Amino acid sequence: MSDNILDVIDVSKIYGPVKALQNVSLSVRPGEWLAIMGPSGSGKTTLMNIVGCLDSPSLGRVILDGLGLDQLTAGELTAIRREAIGLIFQQFHLIGYLNALENVMVAQYYHSLVDEAEALEALAKVGLADRAKHLPRQLSGGEQQRVCVARALINHPKLLLADEPTGNLDETNEGLVMDILHGLHRQGGTIIVVTHSPEVAQHAERVVVLEHGRVASDSRGADFSDPSGASQTA
Amino acid sequence: MRGVRVFFKMLIRALARQKRKHLMIAFTVGLGVSLATAMLGVMFDVGDKVNQELKSYGANLSVVPKGASMLGDLYQSREIDSGADGKANGQVDGRADGRASGRADGKANGRASGRADGKANGRVSGRADDGTISLDDNDYLPEDQLYKIKMIFWAYNIVDFAPYLTVEVQAGDQTVPLTGTWFNRTINLPTGESVTTGMMALKSWWTLNGAPGDDGAPLKALVGSELAKRQNLAPGSRLSVKGPNGLSRELTVAGVFHSGGEEDNGIVSTLALAQELADRPGLVQRVEVSALTTPENELARRAALNPGSLSRVEWDTWYCTAYISSIAYQIEEILPMVRVKPILRVAQSEGAILEKTQLMIVILTILTLLCSALAISNLVTANVMERSVEIGLMKALGASGLAITALVLAEILVASCFGGLAGYLVGLGLAQLIGLTVFGSWVAVKLAVIPIGALMVLAVSLAGSLPALRALLRLKPTEVLHGR
Ligand SMILES: Nc1ncnc2c1ncn2[C@@H]1O[C@H](COP(=O)(O)OP(=O)(O)OP(=O)(O)O)[C@@H](O)[C@H]1O
Ligand SMILES: [Mg+2]
Repeated sequence: MSDNILDVIDVSKIYGPVKALQNVSLSVRPGEWLAIMGPSGSGKTTLMNIVGCLDSPSLGRVILDGLGLDQLTAGELTAIRREAIGLIFQQFHLIGYLNALENVMVAQYYHSLVDEAEALEALAKVGLADRAKHLPRQLSGGEQQRVCVARALINHPKLLLADEPTGNLDETNEGLVMDILHGLHRQGGTIIVVTHSPEVAQHAERVVVLEHGRVASDSRGADFSDPSGASQTA
Repeated sequence: MRGVRVFFKMLIRALARQKRKHLMIAFTVGLGVSLATAMLGVMFDVGDKVNQELKSYGANLSVVPKGASMLGDLYQSREIDSGADGKANGQVDGRADGRASGRADGKANGRASGRADGKANGRVSGRADDGTISLDDNDYLPEDQLYKIKMIFWAYNIVDFAPYLTVEVQAGDQTVPLTGTWFNRTINLPTGESVTTGMMALKSWWTLNGAPGDDGAPLKALVGSELAKRQNLAPGSRLSVKGPNGLSRELTVAGVFHSGGEEDNGIVSTLALAQELADRPGLVQRVEVSALTTPENELARRAALNPGSLSRVEWDTWYCTAYISSIAYQIEEILPMVRVKPILRVAQSEGAILEKTQLMIVILTILTLLCSALAISNLVTANVMERSVEIGLMKALGASGLAITALVLAEILVASCFGGLAGYLVGLGLAQLIGLTVFGSWVAVKLAVIPIGALMVLAVSLAGSLPALRALLRLKPTEVLHGR
């Protein structure tokens, strides 16, 4: 079939009267860096959840890495999340009784082997080397968010789904996270970032704008890794 | 392995964080296990305990001289049908004697009705007293042969036995029965063993005010409560008795007993004194035996009717099982001059009560465990609900249902094991408490209770966790990770 890593085909998600997504179609090529923008309630998180195998569409199909998600069992979907996807949640979500390092190691544990050194290194990359032994409640919002980034990337996912990964970060830390995403991008990882920030969107090669659950625009720039390039605003 | 370490870290942290919930789980399991341990501990030990307890409802075998018993057969079986209990025992034999004498002087009918209203002893001895009948030695058993009762195949099931010789004596202006017996006699067997046996243990439902009887003090006697009331006797009082042969003895009242039966009108003394007053040295009239028996079944019933009808194999089975009929048979084997009659009602109810008690304990144990499982179910469900975000997150990170189930189950099992261990120890204590208060003795808790207890912990906590685990597996990450 297609050699896309992701095909969203005519997907709708309906919550009673609310149509969170309406006939959304979207194809993503391997290694592509995509930004999704749009006003609050436009269905960005809903789309991410469906692509991330956490939710299923009311109508339409999603084909991820050649697999039709509607054909898979819950166990197989879990396996895909574990093996191929890195998730950064809008509201970060860490396990409260585990420290930063352990929270990263949990992702390793469910994925394959636990490697403490590697987990520490991932924390260091997001500037949290000295916060490894802190519990989530001892970390600021931005620090927690960076732990989530480290956790999402620890297993080198094929597809990174990041929902507002820099929403709580200052410029310095935003830069740190963006560097990490660039690193993943260079290694061939596919990235989908939901963001309200034009600066963050600038890093992407392509910007999809959602409005009222529909794709309002889908623009492909040349190379957005250069901040001086063309930019979109939501 | 590092992965195992993460698992244990998560386990320990989760346990520590939800200390109170896990303590509650431990407590619930502990409560259930302690009750179950206590009840099962008592149940495994209860066979002996209940038997010992039931012994107090009287002997279940009556040993009488062959001649006397033969004549009394008809009468005796009727008596059994109408509900013999331990106390009836003495009367049965008394009646047997009376019957014999009644026949002898041709007043059978009158006797029989007199006996039916429960004055057997008086009548019997009354007759003997006025000398209208001659008692021949076939009506007696030799005291010095009785030890053989403890030497049958089922010797260890013979819990207790006591011989009796009743003689009518003149006490004050009244004629009262004086029954001689062994109070608490230690006899040495030819095997080198010694056994302690006697009436005090057989009549454990009697209440006694004062000192128990003493086999070594022939002039000390126990007096029935009715007689004591009539003659104003109390422990320490003096009482003069005169036997049919004119012999007088000055007795001291050691104690006043209350049996609730005919005996309350009489005197109980050492066998030696009764033999002296009755002029029957070395003889007894009857022996009551209390034996632990296996509940009767078809085989036992057939054997009781006619042991000769059994096949070789059946015979061996019957003989080597502690049926009341096989014990009776073995006593007759070893003492050829006796006839042994089972007191059926007591023997049957003994087995039945034991079975019912055990069934009741099993049911109570199951109910207790069921309650624990229900309580645990609530606790675990609350625990899982409280952690739904964490569980949803784990799922989102790719944790399989199995991995999460393992974690939650491990938590519950750790808590349960602590609770179970504590409960087991408490249960041991509780079993002793039950043993001491209900049965008046320590309970020997069998080792079998430990694996059963472990299984109970496992079953209860697993069963209790099931609903929560189902909810856990069904939980969708998006429902709890509201990222919108
Ligand atoms: N489980 C649900 N039940 C009912 N309505 C829902 C549910 N999930 C999402 N919605 C609705 O779907 C719409 C899209 O929600 P979504 O979370 O995708 O928005 P979003 O674009 O991520 O918004 P934001 O930028 O604020 O995060 C909203 O109107 C929301 O109320
Ligand atoms: Mg959102």
